[in-house]
Amino acid sequence: MSEQTSTQTRQSRSNGQEILRIEGLTKLFGGLKAVNNFSLSLNKGDLNGLIGPNGAGKTTVFNMITGVYVPTSGSIRFNGQEIAGLEPHKINQMGIARTFQNIRLFSNLTVLDNVRIAYHPHAGYSLTDAIFHNSRYKENERILTERAQEFLAVFNLQDRQHEIAKNLPYGEQRRLEIARALAAEPKLLLLDEPAAGMNPAESVALMDLIHFIRERFDLTILLIEHQMRVVMGICEYITVMDFGEVIARGTPAEIQANPRVVEAYLGPGSAALSEKFRRKRTL
Amino acid sequence: MKHISRTTLIFLGSIVTFTLVVQVLISLGVLSPFWNTILRQGAVMAIVGLGLNLIYGFNGQFSLGQWGFYAIGAYSAADITYRWTNDANSNGLTVLFFTILLVGASILILYRVFGKIRGVDPLSAFAIYLIAAVGLTALAVSIGNLTAPAVNAILKALPTNIANTLVYLLAVIIGGILAAEVSFLFGLPVLTLGSDYFGIATLGFTIIVKVLLDNSDVMFGFVEMKGARGMIGIPKLTSWIWVMLFLILVIVITRNLLHSSYGRAIISVREDEIAAKAMGIDIGHYKTLTFVLGCLFAGLAGGLYAHINGFLHPDSFNFIKSFDPMIIVVFGGLGSVTGTVFAAFAWQLVLEGILRSILPPGFETWRYVVYPLLLLVMMLLKPNGLFGNYEIPYLRQVLPPLKKPATETQTPAAKESL
Repeated sequence: MSEQTSTQTRQSRSNGQEILRIEGLTKLFGGLKAVNNFSLSLNKGDLNGLIGPNGAGKTTVFNMITGVYVPTSGSIRFNGQEIAGLEPHKINQMGIARTFQNIRLFSNLTVLDNVRIAYHPHAGYSLTDAIFHNSRYKENERILTERAQEFLAVFNLQDRQHEIAKNLPYGEQRRLEIARALAAEPKLLLLDEPAAGMNPAESVALMDLIHFIRERFDLTILLIEHQMRVVMGICEYITVMDFGEVIARGTPAEIQANPRVVEAYLGPGSAALSEKFRRKRTL
Repeated sequence: MKHISRTTLIFLGSIVTFTLVVQVLISLGVLSPFWNTILRQGAVMAIVGLGLNLIYGFNGQFSLGQWGFYAIGAYSAADITYRWTNDANSNGLTVLFFTILLVGASILILYRVFGKIRGVDPLSAFAIYLIAAVGLTALAVSIGNLTAPAVNAILKALPTNIANTLVYLLAVIIGGILAAEVSFLFGLPVLTLGSDYFGIATLGFTIIVKVLLDNSDVMFGFVEMKGARGMIGIPKLTSWIWVMLFLILVIVITRNLLHSSYGRAIISVREDEIAAKAMGIDIGHYKTLTFVLGCLFAGLAGGLYAHINGFLHPDSFNFIKSFDPMIIVVFGGLGSVTGTVFAAFAWQLVLEGILRSILPPGFETWRYVVYPLLLLVMMLLKPNGLFGNYEIPYLRQVLPPLKKPATETQTPAAKESL
């Protein structure tokens, strides 16, 4: 039943417009195949998950999409444009934003400045304007600041805007990082373990937040997550990786029932065991 | 209506008053030439320090190369004024003017072009820049020598005082821009290095410059520089007013830059390079920009310094001295403009002025024992530097007022306790 509904929502949301297409993506670190022949396709409005045991190559895939690593081979097409090997800031300016596994805020700057930096590529005035502090600088700086403040209000951080980012509580730092990534209005958001280190209540709040930003900013989201509660709770479609290769794809229900996935996480032979437990529970 | 904020008025008012009061004291003879020199050198160190603070304090690049660029500014400016005052020849001025003009234009054009083309590797780009620079310098030498007689005639038509001051100011500015252009070329391959490696590479640059200056007369034919014997006969044109004018200019430029989106981009590189890249900031561009600007300041300071004592010696540009601006910046507080300016004056006053006058005769060199001890105590008591993050109101970022949360923005996210 749940499987059916999730497939339906997926079909209804995705109007067939493909936003990201990855084919044959491979990354070698010396002799180590970190990612091998990875492929993935995202339609506009998708909320998909990428899971796998530690060291499966999930973050490497993210790093290649965002330009931190140059792929050894393969193609990444974003809105039909090849982006593999482009510089990170250019990829970001094309509309792909990300957050990091370990929060990477500009920790000695204020909350407001963290968001204002994300607006920098759209500052609207030149370096000369900045040095002379002329009227164009003043006007654009005012607009930029107001936009950032309005944006912080959406994330309920407006009262914190003058606080130094590193002094925020953990949950708010996560929220600020997501806010900062969204400030430049990307089309595709990559979340790298957004629920890491969160308690169950915080994870639930995070799931609400992800649903909210997806509606509000008309986003396509791909997320890496280890907390199965989060992944199974919000993702419509999941790709599972192990040792750099895709071992399964499907809806959360399909993935949960897939013996290869269970074995990847719990070791060979564990699939049969887990099947036994599952039967016991349903009885 | 042009509106100037109160903090700006207070800042400019107080610094202009300070400058004028000191000038009056100098004119009245209350401040001896000895203290006058120390104050002027303090201002020069403040300019070097501000340049380094941009690079190290705000951009996070550990540079020991400031002293090399300072030397380039000093020697090139000195050579221009030396030729003018001693030989009545402006060929130094014209040659260097056309050099910075042509090389600067080629750098700007090539930088635009390389920004558009994908996949030019840094080393071939560097080679192209270098070939263009060398070729255009050769061209500039011939254009400069051709135009020199005409410029000589114009300058001689002016009153001597005005002509000398004009040549001096142009020399200082040309020296600064030359240092900036050299720093761009040097920075291309080196700025890709991580912080510690970058520090070593820039230290290497300072050593190279010193060795070249030692051999400037034999290797390059600059007879007037006299190589390792030291250059003498430079006109002493840097007055207290000039040096303070340049200092105010540098402070205002630094402040305006830092309080803009460009300044935030520069600081974001220091905070987290990877996050900055992911936010769409071209970190290579901002590292280059900051480095070039910082070295421009160093070059300007060098030109000013050369005309204080009228004497330059390669030993003053020894790599050991390149730690001086580093000490000043750390002492004043990394990332504090106020701290750097204050520390530069304090450093010069304490080390060269007060300690020299209170230590008994014959023990002057003991100041190099006392001041490291002062540094040590200081670092133990205030590891963030004298001023830490403090800035005087003019230099402080104006915080936009807190906005009342609008009711329409009551969203699910707003209700969260996340």
